[in-house]
Amino acid sequence: MSKPFVFEKPAGMRDTLPAFYQKNEDIKNTIKKEMESWGYQFIQTPTLEYHETVGEASAILDQQLFKLLDMEGKTLVLRPDMTAPIARVVSSSMKNVAYPLRLAYSSPVFRAQQREGGRPAEFEQVGIELIGEGTSSAEAEALALMTEVIKKSGIQAFTVAVGHIGFVQELLADILGNDNRAAELLRYLNEKNYVGYTSHVKELPLSSIDSQRLLKLLDLRGGIEVLGEASALTPNIKGQQALEELKTLYKLLQDYDAAQNIVFDFTLFSHMSYYTGIVFEGYAAGIGAPIASGGRYDDLLSRFDRKAPAIGFAIRMDYFIEALGSKNDSIKKDCILFTPERRKEALLLAKSKRSEGGNVVMQDLSGVRNVDEFSKRFDEIHYLIGSQQGEDL
Amino acid sequence: MSTVLTMAMPKGRIFEEAVDLLRQAGYPLPPEFEESRKLIIDAPEAGLRFILAKPMDVPTYVEHGVADIGIAGKDVMLEEERDVYEVLDLKISECYLAVAGLPGGNYQKVAPKIASKYPNVASHYFREQGQQVEVIKLNGSIELAPLIGLADRIVDIVSTGRTLKENGLVELEKIADITSRLIVNPASYRLHALRINELVERMRKLVDNKGDVK
Repeated sequence: MSKPFVFEKPAGMRDTLPAFYQKNEDIKNTIKKEMESWGYQFIQTPTLEYHETVGEASAILDQQLFKLLDMEGKTLVLRPDMTAPIARVVSSSMKNVAYPLRLAYSSPVFRAQQREGGRPAEFEQVGIELIGEGTSSAEAEALALMTEVIKKSGIQAFTVAVGHIGFVQELLADILGNDNRAAELLRYLNEKNYVGYTSHVKELPLSSIDSQRLLKLLDLRGGIEVLGEASALTPNIKGQQALEELKTLYKLLQDYDAAQNIVFDFTLFSHMSYYTGIVFEGYAAGIGAPIASGGRYDDLLSRFDRKAPAIGFAIRMDYFIEALGSKNDSIKKDCILFTPERRKEALLLAKSKRSEGGNVVMQDLSGVRNVDEFSKRFDEIHYLIGSQQGEDL
Repeated sequence: MSTVLTMAMPKGRIFEEAVDLLRQAGYPLPPEFEESRKLIIDAPEAGLRFILAKPMDVPTYVEHGVADIGIAGKDVMLEEERDVYEVLDLKISECYLAVAGLPGGNYQKVAPKIASKYPNVASHYFREQGQQVEVIKLNGSIELAPLIGLADRIVDIVSTGRTLKENGLVELEKIADITSRLIVNPASYRLHALRINELVERMRKLVDNKGDVK
């Protein structure tokens, strides 16, 4: 390997320059404010965690984890998501705080590049976890909040797809019984390989009714009517329960006025293997990957010895901002160009403008080489130059 | 909603069959479609925009979402393992992936060398066979490799077997059957569900009918 040039960064690492930083902060603040107003409390967790705890509990592929060794030779990971660290916090530092807990975070997470550039290896997630709550109300709250955050940020055209891992598992188990056969089909669904799924179903020794039921699963996408179609596929009690859950969820979302952008999609499988019930993803026009995603994960907390149902979602800030497009509402910035004899006057002016909430740069004229070029960066320039008092040139 | 779907098409072998299929499915494509050298072709009447890409790159465009849908060979899908939906077997451009080599070759070497345009497929396949091999990536004319001693065997697609035969190679093992697939970006699959479903269904009918005639 050749020595890196001074301008090079590790694959997938990016700089954030002022313009983007500002935009990112603004939108993040809108999102955080909304989450706070729903009673979620923000917390922060360390960047480094043990591989054996958080690393293994996280659903991110092992080869995507950034790993390093600490001084004792233990393997550490850069946190690949926030859900596992929060599960750790809830079962340790916050062990004595009674459920339900409403926690939120705004943090960078790290996922190593597997193949090529074009995707960041470090990106910010802003999200919530509602832990110790297993009701439909909790699910509706998470989805309604996610929808609200998307709307409030100014993304108009978006779709939220809602699926249910539990239903799919029950349907497959109901028809196939044998866990191995169901696992094989689940693998195809996970790989998004419907051609493989279809031909595998056709090869299985099943009645034509049962194959049809399995194939129909791929068509279970659309509005509320999909729940009816799904219901016809399985008499299985747990499966029916899952559908009831979704029906209730839809009603609750209508009450929240958050049902317009919802579609049901039983083919939705998240990359996150810890999800156990409903899963959902938000998509915005023109963005090829989900801008937000979440789901119910009722087994994760027991890995940290504080068993509880839980649900959460995360906004992916980079895609989210891409979806918002380049709205250019940068903050107004003033500049006071002064010469030393009028420094005091300049200070007073700056102070008064800053106290009114303005952003003011103070710049000694002799420190600027090209005044014209420099001036272009500001919305307004105040010249306090020479010995004449109180005159704006 | 009249959204324009962007479709990534593979240049070369599969292209004409894919265009045929789309026309039969009732999508009016401009007549100059085949001759044009443009890389982006709009077909407003069909509500489609086409980008013409190297076959190996089609899943990349679709995964990144700059194309909503695409047509890609299963060979490419196996090699690239992209995060896209493989929704329909178009049953065109049939061929298969196979291992080939010189007749009577010695394949029991300590570090067998395999040349291929599909290094991932090749190493995956031999791993599953319990063999450790060294894979050499080539970009074309793979048949050369065993002839001049670069590799012991090759992994490549075979359609008629003529190239192998003319170069004195024999097929040793078949890896997988290959046809072209309709692939979809996961976000587009939900955002443009109606339009994409319609396209998939039209193509599915066509493909199913074809199957019946055979």
